[in-house]
Amino acid sequence: MTALTKLFRTTTFRLSLTYLALFSAAAVVAVFYIYWNTTVLLSRQLNQTIDAELKGLAEQYRAGGLDQLVRIVAERSQTPGNSLYLVADKEGKQLAGNLSAVSPQLWDSLGPVEFVYSRPALGGVERRLAFANVFRLPGGYRLIVGRDIEDRRELARLIRTTMLWGLGVMALVGIGGGYWVSRRILTRIDGLSATTRTIMAGDLTGRLPLSGSGDELDRLSESLNLMLARIEQLMAGLREVSDNIAHDLKTPLNRLRNRVEEALREPYDETAYRETLERTIEEADGLIKTFNALLSIARLEAGAGGENRGKLDMAALVRDVAELYEPVAEERGIALRSEVPEPIVIHGDRQLLGQAIANLIDNALKYGAPSGEGGNGWAPEVEVRAQASGGVAQIVVSDRGPGVPAPERARVLGRFVRLEASRSEPGSGLGLSLVAAVARLHGGSLRLEDNEPGLRVVLALPMEGDALVNGVVTEPPAGADLRPT
Amino acid sequence: MRVLVIEDDQETAAFLKRALKESGHVAEYAADGQAGLDLARTSAYDVLIVDRMLPKCDGLSVIKALRTEEIRTPALILSALGEVDDRVKGLRAGGDDYLTKPYAFSELLARIEALARRTSPEEGSTRFVVGDLVLDRLSHKVTRAGEAIVLQPREFRLLEYLMKHAGQVVTRTMLLENVWDYHFDPQTNVIDVHISRLRSKIDKSFGNPLLHTVRGAGYTIRDSAH
Repeated sequence: MTALTKLFRTTTFRLSLTYLALFSAAAVVAVFYIYWNTTVLLSRQLNQTIDAELKGLAEQYRAGGLDQLVRIVAERSQTPGNSLYLVADKEGKQLAGNLSAVSPQLWDSLGPVEFVYSRPALGGVERRLAFANVFRLPGGYRLIVGRDIEDRRELARLIRTTMLWGLGVMALVGIGGGYWVSRRILTRIDGLSATTRTIMAGDLTGRLPLSGSGDELDRLSESLNLMLARIEQLMAGLREVSDNIAHDLKTPLNRLRNRVEEALREPYDETAYRETLERTIEEADGLIKTFNALLSIARLEAGAGGENRGKLDMAALVRDVAELYEPVAEERGIALRSEVPEPIVIHGDRQLLGQAIANLIDNALKYGAPSGEGGNGWAPEVEVRAQASGGVAQIVVSDRGPGVPAPERARVLGRFVRLEASRSEPGSGLGLSLVAAVARLHGGSLRLEDNEPGLRVVLALPMEGDALVNGVVTEPPAGADLRPT
Repeated sequence: MRVLVIEDDQETAAFLKRALKESGHVAEYAADGQAGLDLARTSAYDVLIVDRMLPKCDGLSVIKALRTEEIRTPALILSALGEVDDRVKGLRAGGDDYLTKPYAFSELLARIEALARRTSPEEGSTRFVVGDLVLDRLSHKVTRAGEAIVLQPREFRLLEYLMKHAGQVVTRTMLLENVWDYHFDPQTNVIDVHISRLRSKIDKSFGNPLLHTVRGAGYTIRDSAH
């Protein structure tokens, strides 16, 4: 496809042509209307003046007979202008007037007629168009009163020519303008598709150019850029996950393999074999758990899952999960208090939200004990609250543990991230990532705050059902971050 | 118990057959959906173990076909797809339970035994008795040796589920799913702590313990004195 055919195929160009055609048609109609009206008006005026003059001459004739008529006509013929007169006898001989040779056709006609007459001019005779009224007088005499309308014809010709030229220029400007506008838009579109192609080729950092005019193409580019940012973020997440998988899944796999290899090499007794096998199964189970958590997060982040959403009472769910963990807290000597005043109805997936709350409470119980020599002066306590305000349901889990230092809050959001202090506790570093993914799937967010001392995690979810966006980006707010489990 | 295993992986099928035999059950197997459907139609089984992804006719279609023919043999779906949504699809297709691969055999065994029991008349009874422990489902009262035991609502439901499956092994996941209706991993062994609480109420001050831990599998409630 040549550049020109490509241009002609653009929507802009086709639109320009259509508009041009419509506009030309309208212009032709308008000009023609004006032209026609003008002609009609002029003809009527001409008829009226000629009629009036004839009437005057007829009165003269009645009053003074042919002689007076001849005299008056001869007189009037002297005044320069467009008026044409002729008084002739029945042979056609001119008695008076400025109209000389008359065609027999004119001579025989009666009433208003258009004809061509000759007039002496510079360097000869010129033929001009005239309009006249032929009047028969008794005795075969004729009186002809007319006007030279050559100028009028000239005017009409001028209007026609102007109109044609105008239309021609309009067409040229229209086509040219259409070409120019199309070229401009085509250039920008070509720019956009070129960028898109580079991005598709693998350079995800590329962004579509903006002209800065804020027009519709800019707005489209902005949306596409947002989409690209989201894709880049997802791809980065994917890369990060594969790196993490390499590390956090291969390490236990390696451990498992070493153990089995060792058991094969060393002469073990049955109990030792048994023990090795049991530990192998344990390790495998741990791997399966990590793997499942990773898959869940990946699915949630891709916007899948959560198809079993329905109306549910968040408060009841929080109470329920807190009750599930209550004996564990008691066993660990931590007071687990839940403050859930009234029902908070939201639209969500009970299993996913249950898991999110469970992860938060589990985290708080695992890492939320006051640490350091003799603790930090606070009694070990975990508080779970559910509250609703301004269309947002909030689940707040706070502890009195060491908390997460503000600069670390950004980091612990990632998968597999575990703070050094928590390495001694079992966990995969995926718990909070999963909570964040669940929050995002429900159109909500996850925030880490300072509980002075301790950590306060706030899971905020929109309460309106239609506020739920499946898999749509909600950028994690600055400082919103997660702690490992 | 006669079990039909519909599974396309030869090794898995052979392992299941062997392990089921060791547990005292009779297992037959079909390598694809169509063969499985034919077998399930023609002979009587107590439980079907159906892999979700099968050649010729997938697992869910097999179960759907059986259910439309009014064949109500309890079916356990085995699947590598473990999300809640997949589970719901499986149960909607007519499956009775759903187990995600990879699984522990003890878990599978406990689940199919529970499924086979579902068709027994005990299901609808209003009183469960194990030894001298009595649970009345109507009045929500529990007594042991005639002595009333006060239980929290959740503890009552936990005991109810255990007693409904008295003599059978009940896994932690089964408890979490059936008593709490949670289909996720709660990370910490929360169930163990709930069980030990329950145990302290129903067993502690009585000589003969009824609630037993089955190593590597779960829990069971039974009167070991008999």
